[in-house]
Amino acid sequence: MSEFAIEFDRVTFRHAGGATILDEFSLAIDSGETLALVGRSGMGKTTILKLINRLLLPQAGTVRIEGRATTDWNPIQLRRRVGYVLQEVGLFPHMTIGRNVAVVPHLENWPESKINPRVDELLELVGLEPTKFRDRFPRELSGGQRQRVGVARALAADPPILLMDEPFGALDPLTRAEMHREFHRIQSQVRKTIVCVTHDMGEAFALGDKLGVLAEGKLAALAPPNEIARSNNPEVKIFLDALPRLNDGGTER
Amino acid sequence: MRLFEFWLNHGSEFLSAIARHLALVLAATGIAVAVGVPLGVLAYRRPRLGNPLIGLANVVQTIPSLAMFGFLIPLPVIGGIGAKAALIVLTLYALLPVMRTTVSGLKAVDPSVREAGLAMGMTDRQLLFQVELPLARSAILAGVRVATVVGVGTATIAAAIGAGGLGEYIFRGVASVDSTVILAGAIPAAALALLADFLLGKTEQWFSPERSSRKSSKFVLATAAGIVALGLLIGGLLWSERSAGSVVIGSKDFTEQVILGELMAQLIEQNTTIKVQRKLNLGDTLVCETAMRAGDLDLYVEYTGTALTAVFKQSVLLDSNEVNARVAASYAATGRTMLPPLGFNNTYVILVRGDDARRLNLKTISDAAKLSQNWRAGFGSAFLDREDGYKGLVQAYGLKFAESPLAMNLSLTYRALAERQVDLISGDATNGLIAKLDLFALEDDRRYFPPYHAVPVVRTETLNRHPELRALIERLAGKVTDQEMRQMNYEADVERRDASLIVKDFFSRHHELFSMTPTP
Repeated sequence: MSEFAIEFDRVTFRHAGGATILDEFSLAIDSGETLALVGRSGMGKTTILKLINRLLLPQAGTVRIEGRATTDWNPIQLRRRVGYVLQEVGLFPHMTIGRNVAVVPHLENWPESKINPRVDELLELVGLEPTKFRDRFPRELSGGQRQRVGVARALAADPPILLMDEPFGALDPLTRAEMHREFHRIQSQVRKTIVCVTHDMGEAFALGDKLGVLAEGKLAALAPPNEIARSNNPEVKIFLDALPRLNDGGTER
Repeated sequence: MRLFEFWLNHGSEFLSAIARHLALVLAATGIAVAVGVPLGVLAYRRPRLGNPLIGLANVVQTIPSLAMFGFLIPLPVIGGIGAKAALIVLTLYALLPVMRTTVSGLKAVDPSVREAGLAMGMTDRQLLFQVELPLARSAILAGVRVATVVGVGTATIAAAIGAGGLGEYIFRGVASVDSTVILAGAIPAAALALLADFLLGKTEQWFSPERSSRKSSKFVLATAAGIVALGLLIGGLLWSERSAGSVVIGSKDFTEQVILGELMAQLIEQNTTIKVQRKLNLGDTLVCETAMRAGDLDLYVEYTGTALTAVFKQSVLLDSNEVNARVAASYAATGRTMLPPLGFNNTYVILVRGDDARRLNLKTISDAAKLSQNWRAGFGSAFLDREDGYKGLVQAYGLKFAESPLAMNLSLTYRALAERQVDLISGDATNGLIAKLDLFALEDDRRYFPPYHAVPVVRTETLNRHPELRALIERLAGKVTDQEMRQMNYEADVERRDASLIVKDFFSRHHELFSMTPTP
């Protein structure tokens, strides 16, 4: 039996309030694949990511990471194998950029001699000159630079899986386009299993090897970009129809 | 200018008062941080447990500090008088601001930052120490700042229960109506509060998350821990301050009492090697009594009439011997030993001008009663109202006056008599003004007034521990006459001399009190 990097097996997730976010949701992601999940706000995109790193647990069904149910993982160990780039970035404001990137290696008790070169390597990978940025604080950086640090931090301990939640949503269109190019450059170097969620079909096309469309707590479609573009699925069409308009007013969000 | 003179003359005492004040505040704040921050974290993580705690701290904050000191005096272990109870009260007051700001500082941490920490695989502990607490640091420090400034103020009140510090000057000044002495304590206390506020404000900036890089973060934490540890250490020292074998001498909070306390202290210091601790100016009879029962106080001077009525709740008796016997028995039954009276009797006295007394050869109230129909009298209003005051007096002696007596403010009666506005007044037997204004106290030849003989009261356990004390204190029996006490009160209240100097002079007048080490 082939082992997926990430597998959702008829997962149901309800908020404490009662709203059902995921309803018998199933999904399998191969190792090294970049999956872009598209869905409207409130469709459970972030929930899916948090189910993967066990910030949430499902009410029914199983989420498996590397073949093991998340309930069987030690949550701390699991999270250190899963890099997470948050929507709001969430850099630690009281730590320098270097220290932010080094958080997980520090948690994993790497020796200092190994951490420092790793931080510089990662800053270079995300296009930030280490000597210039290492000792700065997050508030001294632009939005795009902070987002790059967020990516570097998520990659620090070389986790096999990377989760990205609207990673470039808050950026202006030019910066975002630049980040998309950077994303591909980085992914070609690190070859991670990446799950990236977005409400923007354009971004999904720009990032994903494979696209998933979420609707009504289920996966409405899952296919490579070229197939999605030709899809007649009504749920998919809604997003495709929205594309030109979103491109016109791309800075709106 | 008198203020600077006062500070100069009391240099070392003044400095040690400041040091003690600081020690109390630092210790209380240190303990409050050591306890309050973890409680704040608990309240933040477990609101069900923590919110009632914060509510409780809120309630504590609303209790007036003097009342809180009052509540604590009779309690075992944490209560009593001295630094221990003061530390408890100051810590309780400091706790709320520290807890509150800890909770609000933690709540103010950006949720995305917290989520990032969790997603990085931080444990709860790591999240707390590496992310939440560092980010809440400046908020917590703001709370520490508030706690410290409030503490400097509250610590002045701690002097009322013998904890020392700058409040001692304030209470001393209030007792002797001397604004210079009040200011001698109040001004440095205010200055300390401002200084603490300023320094902690600086520290707050220095602690702010943006200013501290990775290296200094550990340094900052170590510094903070160091300061808290220092506070705890001082707290521990203050807590166990009462050194074994020392004798604690107390007094109530008026001039005569402070002099008597000092008298006892110097007597013991000059003649024995026993370590003496002074807890003078301790509020009223009740404070001294409860402190003594709690074992915080070994010795103070009480008045027999007061002991009979206020301490042992018995009705007024006129016969000195009977009062002495009853009071001595009551003290003996409660673990104390009443030693022989010092001599003077601080009862009501009937006063006339000295020149009248000499001219008319007046010695007793009975003598005065023969002439009083031409006189005018002035009495304090309390004396006019009391059963054992004016009414009984005129009956006992058949006193008659030219007109019905003037009711006036007690402290004004002395001057009114001296200035011939009235011819006869009632007063306190040992008031210093009697000597100053050349007034004459008529003998209560019909023993109308109940006796208020000053008697040293010592815990029996202390006497057993230091058997030599009994004979030593008994040497004072009868040595402090009305005249002598009046003179000492006068020196303190009118000449503004220090009790310690007044008492030194007393002993140099009484060489015979020193058999082992005569004073030079």
